[in-house]
Amino acid sequence: MSNTQIATPRQELLYMVVLSAVVLTMPLWLQPFGAAYPDLMQKFMIFGIFAIGYNILFGLTGYLSFGHAAFLGVGSYTAVWSFKLLSMNVVPAIIFATLLAGLFAWLIGFVSLRRSGIYFSILTLAFAQMSYNLAYSVLTPITNGETGLQLNQADPRVIDRMAGIEATSGLPNTNLFGLEGTGYTGFYICAIILIVAFFISMRIFHSPFGMKLRAIKSNQTRMSYTGYNTRPYLLTAFIISGMYAGLAGSLLAMTDPLAGAERMQWTASGEVVLMTIFGGAGTLIGPLLGTGIIKYLENIFSAFNDSVLHNMFSFLPDWLNDILTAIISPFVGEGWQLLLGIVFMLIVIFLPGGLMEGYGKISRMIRDRRQKPADDGSSDTQHSTGEV
Amino acid sequence: MSENKIIRNVSRRTVLKGSALTTGAAIIGATAPMHFIRNAYAADSFRGDPGSGKSIFLGFNVPQTGPYADEGADELRAYKLAVKHLNGEGDGGMLNTMKPNNLKGNGILGKKVEFVTGDTQTKSDAARASAKRMIEKDNVAMITGGSSSGVAVAVQGLCQEMGVIFMAGLTHSNDTTGKDKKRYGFRHFFNAYMSGQALAPVLKDEYGTDRKAYHLTADYTWGWTQEESIKAATENIGWTTVNAVRTPVGAGDFSQYITPVLNSGADVLILNHYGKDMVNSLTQAVQFGLKDKMVNGKKFEIVVPLYSRLMAQGAGDAAKGILGTTNWHWSLSDAGSQAFVKSFGQEYGFPPSQAAHTCYVQTLLYANACEMAGTFAPWEVIKQLEGYEFDGMGNGPTLYRAEDHQCFKDVLVVRGKEKPQSAFDLLEVVKHVPRAQVEYPADMFGGELGPYKV
Repeated sequence: MSNTQIATPRQELLYMVVLSAVVLTMPLWLQPFGAAYPDLMQKFMIFGIFAIGYNILFGLTGYLSFGHAAFLGVGSYTAVWSFKLLSMNVVPAIIFATLLAGLFAWLIGFVSLRRSGIYFSILTLAFAQMSYNLAYSVLTPITNGETGLQLNQADPRVIDRMAGIEATSGLPNTNLFGLEGTGYTGFYICAIILIVAFFISMRIFHSPFGMKLRAIKSNQTRMSYTGYNTRPYLLTAFIISGMYAGLAGSLLAMTDPLAGAERMQWTASGEVVLMTIFGGAGTLIGPLLGTGIIKYLENIFSAFNDSVLHNMFSFLPDWLNDILTAIISPFVGEGWQLLLGIVFMLIVIFLPGGLMEGYGKISRMIRDRRQKPADDGSSDTQHSTGEV
Repeated sequence: MSENKIIRNVSRRTVLKGSALTTGAAIIGATAPMHFIRNAYAADSFRGDPGSGKSIFLGFNVPQTGPYADEGADELRAYKLAVKHLNGEGDGGMLNTMKPNNLKGNGILGKKVEFVTGDTQTKSDAARASAKRMIEKDNVAMITGGSSSGVAVAVQGLCQEMGVIFMAGLTHSNDTTGKDKKRYGFRHFFNAYMSGQALAPVLKDEYGTDRKAYHLTADYTWGWTQEESIKAATENIGWTTVNAVRTPVGAGDFSQYITPVLNSGADVLILNHYGKDMVNSLTQAVQFGLKDKMVNGKKFEIVVPLYSRLMAQGAGDAAKGILGTTNWHWSLSDAGSQAFVKSFGQEYGFPPSQAAHTCYVQTLLYANACEMAGTFAPWEVIKQLEGYEFDGMGNGPTLYRAEDHQCFKDVLVVRGKEKPQSAFDLLEVVKHVPRAQVEYPADMFGGELGPYKV
């Protein structure tokens, strides 16, 4: 298991190369799956960042937070306000969103981390739901309530105006020094940020700090007895994962400059928990896998209707086609969550470690089979740390 | 701590190597796939262009879950019917009564009409994601639907940015074609201001000029503008407003909002709610005995400014005798309405709702504008729709005003029937308010349409 091993630099490098290659070529290999359109690929990246960050808290320390959507929402609102007040450039938006989400995480974490286990979960859930309801009621001047915070032709955009950029016709686009924040360029911006975010998370996983977080997960009491004060470590992990969420929120606002309160609802917090568990909590790549699958189900399967299914099975005889369509149709379209529920159940029952456990099982099976005839196939995975 | 040291030494190298490699990969990755970037169009190309394909795709974005799901389901039925009629299947419905009519029943501009669907969940985020999928993946030429003004405003903004025409479904907020109007957005449905203007004279006749009103308002753009419009219209006939309380959408339980009404001294409750919210709040208000109360020596009354048959059906007995306005009702006797009710009834076995009507009409109007323009290029289609006058679609002579893309037509004031003849015969038309009475200057709500080409 990768979370107990100390990775060699070569392994880390390999991770980064493979991940970068896979992520940046997404528009090509997602084509056959019907998912190679910018909006969905952006979602893969953004929620991937969200899940990676969440995994730093949940995967390493085992603290199950049910309130991370609040930080996502804070990030989104901050970013949209930055677009409105300062500039359509995404740099200030991303910086402010990440910082403010971190500040929020510090406040909420400071209180919630006084408790552990289920009490911690409930506290974070309560805080998130409170933020959601505040966004809907008292804070409507800031959040614009149910309608959602949107850009306006007449927004001040101080920095843009100073630089002499005026919105002449229509709403201005979000941009990164001229690169548009939407469409394919938007996807590449998100993808590069994801790669950087993944790198940071990997360094945290393999650092002494990450080791201490794991120690908290395995036995917090014992760790306290050895003289460590665990709370600062926990709080740091909480803040980092909150900042990741804020970053994801600001990217959501970049690709679509509208922030709605439903982003902060507890179902959104639950979604990131699902993603992480789905892929494998505590593993590096697992949350990304989970994000991909859940977002794919949500966006592609929810759009299937009877006629699509009929077309899919058109190679079959009519009666079989009708029967198959009738069986499958409750699980797609508006019933896609039913399908998600079933898949989730299967995973939790048979692969409690998520998809990464499945991957581990399969690769171990293959290795064992290869090892039987000749005992040399596995040596490449056992580098010592001294070797470079 | 030697292990820590090693790791730290290593990390610096890895950072360097990793970042160098990532940048390299990024450059390759970012430049390689440029050739299939979809929006790298020439000046005259546009999104949703079917090109030489045999089909034209339309996107039907309706709430399939959430508080407005009933309306969404009915909208989808209407869309499917409209597609059938456009493709020359079925009995043709309003294609036979619409004047002027360029549609031939062979699709649009000779291309077969096909559609994709999506669930807005009555959430701005989900609705925009679904609309984006339709535009980026399914290459739709037009998006239509929605049963909430919050969603309509959000999707309309997106469609303006993307350059795809949005034919709004059921949206009643003044903002949709007022403050938030867009060049690419069109609304056939009436709005809150028109409801107020149509309803106030009837309220004056029925309940007199000395009334105290209490508003419960859905807390989003539609609720806000309806509260404002109804307040203005009722205060104009001498009523006073005691209080206006905002309630969250999809609240389910409204008892905590209804109890204070009893002690407020108000003698009229105005429910600025819609869909399941209205069904719940009205039913609960009646259960609390508001309708049987006497306040200030007058009988307590409840008013639902935006009424629909679906909601009356949901509220059952509670809806009896309640006044409100509606865009259209299936019992109308003009040729267009009858043709639509007949083909809808044959298809599904029950009459259509006003949501279904407006969505059906919007689809036909878009198709007709494409035929008139002779192209799917949105800026040409928009020019055909702007200032377009038509008749035979159930509301009498109607104008699509060029300045704000709002339709102007007669408004119906309706009342919940005391003795319904059937499960669908729930509303009776009290008054047919002529178009002239609900018109207003185009610049009253401000807003900016934006450019033709984006």
